[in-house]
Amino acid sequence: MEVKILSAKFDIKDANKIAIAKTLGAYATLDKLFAMKPEDVIEEVKKSGLRGRGGAGFPAGVKWGFLPKNTGKPIYLTVNSDESEPATFKDRYILVRDPHMLIEGIIICSYAIGCHDTYIYIRGEYTTQVKVLQAAIDEAYAEGYLGDSVAGHDFQLNVTVHRGAGAYVCGEETALLESIEGKKGQPRSKPPFPAVAGLYGCPTIINNVQTIASLPFILTNGADAYKVYGTEKSPGTHLFGISGHVEKPGMYELPLGLPILEVIDKVAGGVWKGRKLKGIIPGGSSTPVLLPDEVKDVTLDYESMAAHKTMFGSGGIVVLDETVDIVQLVKNLIDFYHHESCGQCTPCREGLGWMLKIIKKILRREGSMDDVLLLRELCDNIEMKTVCVLSAACTMPVRSYLDKFRHEFEAYVQGASSAQVKQE
Amino acid sequence: MSDRSQLISTGKPFQYDRERDAEFERLVKRYPTRESMILPSLWLIQEQEGWISQEAIAYVADRIGTFASMVYEAVTFYTMYQLHPMGRNHLCVCRTLSCWLRGKQEIIDYLKNEIGITPGQISEDGRFSLEEVECLGHCGTAPVVQVNGEFHEDMNVDKLKALLATLK
Repeated sequence: MEVKILSAKFDIKDANKIAIAKTLGAYATLDKLFAMKPEDVIEEVKKSGLRGRGGAGFPAGVKWGFLPKNTGKPIYLTVNSDESEPATFKDRYILVRDPHMLIEGIIICSYAIGCHDTYIYIRGEYTTQVKVLQAAIDEAYAEGYLGDSVAGHDFQLNVTVHRGAGAYVCGEETALLESIEGKKGQPRSKPPFPAVAGLYGCPTIINNVQTIASLPFILTNGADAYKVYGTEKSPGTHLFGISGHVEKPGMYELPLGLPILEVIDKVAGGVWKGRKLKGIIPGGSSTPVLLPDEVKDVTLDYESMAAHKTMFGSGGIVVLDETVDIVQLVKNLIDFYHHESCGQCTPCREGLGWMLKIIKKILRREGSMDDVLLLRELCDNIEMKTVCVLSAACTMPVRSYLDKFRHEFEAYVQGASSAQVKQE
Repeated sequence: MSDRSQLISTGKPFQYDRERDAEFERLVKRYPTRESMILPSLWLIQEQEGWISQEAIAYVADRIGTFASMVYEAVTFYTMYQLHPMGRNHLCVCRTLSCWLRGKQEIIDYLKNEIGITPGQISEDGRFSLEEVECLGHCGTAPVVQVNGEFHEDMNVDKLKALLATLK
């Protein structure tokens, strides 16, 4: 089931070094690139149907098309390498095992949109990864693939790595821009969207690492070769991260559109220890959970996920076995999002804290059914009432657990009432 | 969340060493505004000293030419900036979803019972400090422990024991 498009060089020793990477085809598309008109490059990417791999799945070529023309301001590209959504661990493979594929993708995108300064925003925790990435960028400068004249062509490009410092919210694209500008990571109101007024108030494109790293393949082989993989509306391949209770967790490159259960069984070795499946989180911790009898027809693409009222997200699949205490899991999730709230909007800053207090009360077996209902009501009252979607990233999954595993919450509060009776 | 509002004074002036000075000058040319140097400057302090003091904050504000309040705002917002000295070996244990599902609590319990430190503490001999952190992006090889920036994957108590023995 696995394919090797993005991950073609991942298992080759020292493929992060430019000498080895070049023997494997790195930077080979650049002559073709500079012979094309920038608008033709955008057209080819549009044709490929490549969708943003950060989570939202917006078509990349279409996003680039939003840039206003001739504003007299510089255009910036920022590559989102914040990768902080729990259960997401795909981009770091690119950063470490094939950074030159990312740099080549940056050159392609920058040429297409007319950008001369790219910033790669990498999460602060990726300490070893940032060293490998920076070394690759230094090599690319030394060999003339970056700098005043990219690969000998009349095109200037600087690439700068900007390290975050432990804030999940900086994966939100406008918080990321604030962070590059030296401020705390608090998302901006939109509109204006970054394509119009982004970094330093200039037109800015923000793309995920995997999106950018997909470009060399598309340009080399053409949009049609990319569309061989995946489905009509979700073309191409994706680096899926499978974690949790499976025998063989890990990162696997797969075409989009495969049945999720088959992937878990055949690729990830099935539910571990011979246990039964309890649920699947399909695309990172913020996506609503799916029950075993809901997943039979679910395929790994944007459309199937939407049809089943969940999201493709980042492709970070988490498998839950029968032993998982859902109430504990929900506490773990709320704890995360509450900790990562930037504090800007009251419903998120205070609301998630309130939700955390309630779930802790339920876990102490001091809660009542009213608390469970209040938790559910809070989800509706917090969601979409904030500048960014961080709060929704918490309430969407929590609502799904409350609705689909209500009996587990009830057991905790019923335990509470019987304990109280005993005391009396 | 821990209190990140208090800064510690060393009583001594701060400045970058030669290597960090050169890195500052390389990076400052890459940004159209000097404020963009706030995060990189703070990282340079932490690389050099292991933590960020009141004097160091004043130094970078001055060097960048921005308000000290801008630097204070950033240093207190971003949780990876350490506002006090850490243990010689700083252990970060991931507490989030996939690591939680695959036994991060055993790691925390071992450190608590055997080393005698709980998250947020520094051991008395200064050898270890411990922090429970949010998702480290290594969910496929959970649970994960980061020691002085290095990732240790697929951890269990035995592997942790062996690892700790190598740390002075």
